[in-house]
Amino acid sequence: MSVAVSIPSITANKVASSVRIQLSRDDYALRIGLLTLICFLSILVILPLYSLLSKSLEDMDGNFVGLQNFHEYFQTPALLISITNSLSVAFFTALIVLVLAFIYAYALTRTKMPFRLFFRGVALIPILAPSLLAAISLIYWFGNQGVLKSWLFGASIYGPIGVIMASCFWVFPHALMILITALSTADARLYEAAEALRTPKWRIFWTVTLPGAKYGILSTGFVVFTLVITDFGVPKVIGGNFNVLATDVYKQVVGQQNFEMGAVVSLVLLLPAVAAFIADRWVQRKQIALLSARAVPFQPKSEPLRDWLLFGFCTIIAFIFLAMLGMAAYASFVTFWPYNLTLSLNNYDFDLMDGGGWEAYYNSIRMAIYCAVFGSGLIFFGSYLVEKARGIMWLRNILHMVAMMPLAVPGLVLGIAYIFFFNHPDNPLGFLYGTMGILVISTIVHFYTVSHLTCLTALKQLDPEFETVSLSLKTPVWRTFGKVTLPVCLPALLDVASYLFLNAMTTVSAVVFLYSPETMLASIAVLNMDDAGDIAPAAAMALMIVYTSAIFRLLHALLSRYLKRRTQVWRDR
Amino acid sequence: MPESKQNFLRIENLTKHFGEFVAVQDLSLEINDSEFICFLGPSGCGKTTLLRAIAGLDPQSSGRIIQAGKDISNLPPAERDFGIVFQSYALFPNLTVFQNVAYGLENQKIPKMEIREQVNDLLELVGMPEQTGKYPAQLSGGQQQRVALARALATSPGLLLLDEPLSALDARVRATLRHEIRSLHERLGVTTILVTHDQEEALSMADRIVVMNEGRIEQVGTPEEIYSTPASPFVADFIGVMNFLQGEVTTSGKVLIGENTLDCKTANISVGSKVQITVRPEDILCSVDSKKTANSFPVKVESLEFLGSFCRLILSGQDGFGKLITDLSTQQVHELNVSPETTLTAVFPELNLRVFQENS
Repeated sequence: MSVAVSIPSITANKVASSVRIQLSRDDYALRIGLLTLICFLSILVILPLYSLLSKSLEDMDGNFVGLQNFHEYFQTPALLISITNSLSVAFFTALIVLVLAFIYAYALTRTKMPFRLFFRGVALIPILAPSLLAAISLIYWFGNQGVLKSWLFGASIYGPIGVIMASCFWVFPHALMILITALSTADARLYEAAEALRTPKWRIFWTVTLPGAKYGILSTGFVVFTLVITDFGVPKVIGGNFNVLATDVYKQVVGQQNFEMGAVVSLVLLLPAVAAFIADRWVQRKQIALLSARAVPFQPKSEPLRDWLLFGFCTIIAFIFLAMLGMAAYASFVTFWPYNLTLSLNNYDFDLMDGGGWEAYYNSIRMAIYCAVFGSGLIFFGSYLVEKARGIMWLRNILHMVAMMPLAVPGLVLGIAYIFFFNHPDNPLGFLYGTMGILVISTIVHFYTVSHLTCLTALKQLDPEFETVSLSLKTPVWRTFGKVTLPVCLPALLDVASYLFLNAMTTVSAVVFLYSPETMLASIAVLNMDDAGDIAPAAAMALMIVYTSAIFRLLHALLSRYLKRRTQVWRDR
Repeated sequence: MPESKQNFLRIENLTKHFGEFVAVQDLSLEINDSEFICFLGPSGCGKTTLLRAIAGLDPQSSGRIIQAGKDISNLPPAERDFGIVFQSYALFPNLTVFQNVAYGLENQKIPKMEIREQVNDLLELVGMPEQTGKYPAQLSGGQQQRVALARALATSPGLLLLDEPLSALDARVRATLRHEIRSLHERLGVTTILVTHDQEEALSMADRIVVMNEGRIEQVGTPEEIYSTPASPFVADFIGVMNFLQGEVTTSGKVLIGENTLDCKTANISVGSKVQITVRPEDILCSVDSKKTANSFPVKVESLEFLGSFCRLILSGQDGFGKLITDLSTQQVHELNVSPETTLTAVFPELNLRVFQENS
């Protein structure tokens, strides 16, 4: 009916008066906050990496030698083998975990299988333990004096088999969580449409379910690959003579005191981690528009045959998980494996062993609390600035970029970079070296990115107009922060604190280079006791970490529920 | 009080770029004190950009804004004088209705008793006196928007900005709130700017409407002016239903459409120019009388659509007329005994035809 009306071409009258909005006190405060945090993170992430890089280009006396160290490295066959070993172990673990975790996640999210909550809880157990626990447990099951040694048909658990098995165990929950998220966000309308077109079940799976979870699957692959290739606890304990990049770094630095070569190997280790990080970022960006706001949530229906088959599968996996944990727990109480199987608390008498004693355990708790308190505060404040500071998009983008970097840096690499950076005689921050402070800082930085993203997600759920409304009501920014933003984001903040606590309890990678005799940690004590042949006390200490983490998780759950009841009443309609 | 009733808010040569994209193009506008103004236009026409520039949220690239005699172009939002209501309500979810409304008052060192009184008055004003203890999630959309309105009015701003406040509500609530916002405005007399893409909303609420398209003003006028004397084909098409006829001026006062000539005011459009003629559906007079009078042409009924109190007819005319829409009352349809394929005579009264020169 209507006729297209051509619009006369616009001739712009350029008006001279340019507009420059004056900054309010709040704007200044936020800008100063942004700059401070950027400086802070740059000093703790970028500068250490720079000193790592420059170390790799120096000889023992600190002279610049260009790529000579790299040349030497690639001339050493023993070291080169580690690259292949690392890549293949990471690849096979990723493949196995992807398949198992996908089926497990599918059973949890898309079926009416009984005991789903129980299965979910069991699969998350490894998060409470350091990666070493799995390796120690495997030694008791399949090691030289293992209960089920014969099941390996003469193959040795000390080597790639053990590394892959233990890695599968400890990365499983990480894979599972991503896949559960990917599979929970399904649009029921797609399934209804497919069924209305009389599509067979397997075809719906291939054409709707899998494509819907595609990005989650890819992301899981990258995450698992990176976790395994950068983990050093498992290969250290159960790798035997099977060398990987992560253990090479440790051996070069701690064993041979060859810092330059250590720097070279950690840079080699950085490559696959950065590659996986970039690939993962790329995948995440594609995922954004997948689920529209109008999607109808998918409600699984019960299908007895499928549900019971998956129940069987999940039971087996859960049984293995409990067996892993159970064996370590049992062994920790056995007086002298395998000759004296009477139960005692001898192995928990840490003060009688090398490895730091009970002090290490208390140090760990102290460090975990510091990380949880200071880390979550700092990270939440940072993400608030990234999300809410007005104008100055470029500064916010810089902070966000710096905040994303730690995810690409393996803990081991971060730790070694910190040695070079903080140990440098000219560094005014050198006083931190060997203190509790550097352990806390390195741990917060190491786990910065995931926490940052969690806070960011919570902040993004707030209406962006809250700040606008506050401005129009002449309310200072800090008041809205305290009265609205913080209370609404409190659950996310607690999650971050809990995440930092658990990781601080279990981490080995960065801190293994940074602890001093006074700041020995429980997770490192596990490593050292195992190294000294005290496997049972190592298991006992690992179990102490598990118990502590579990209790903390419980407290976190209770506190969350209490706070929810007190401050989040508004969530209930 | 502003120094003059005439222009409480003056916008001078305002331009806003987003990179290469020009969202608002050299726009000037004056808004009177206590006036209810609507910015109306399709999405992407720059109406929200203009509103956000007035609030200082997305400052303009160039141009000046003068409010109550004071140049506010460079002021941050917190130092400007406005209250704002959004389509998303933007109520603080963890605060009760009372706390939301009191939010802006609590900064002003007002005694608690007085705040309580003011908040209760405001909630009464927006028709929500009973719900002070509830949280936003416990309210319906319409109720939330009332609270948002009370919150915006709490600090007695000189200017009330409403950014598509009714678009998220369902039709019935929208109609009620439309009426209530209008009567609230009449009681309080606060200068109000409403941004909307809904012409019905603009026509029913505004003192004056600013019709915008592609970052420029197409027309400013009262609802009646905008509807009955659109200044451009865009306005004619955007507001209400409109028929367009393509033609060419043959002599002054005559336009050739296909093979027929239509009498209409061509003003000073030169002979030979291509023109568009617009006519509202209700302005086409239909009869069964086949006598030829001025501007009368035979048309055939293609289809008719029953719309309650009236029927909408799709007519096909002779060459050049194409398809036409006209509305007849249900009674007329019976009297004329209209059904598809019926032939009628359509009269296009000269007074109701508007002629626009087509841009080459």
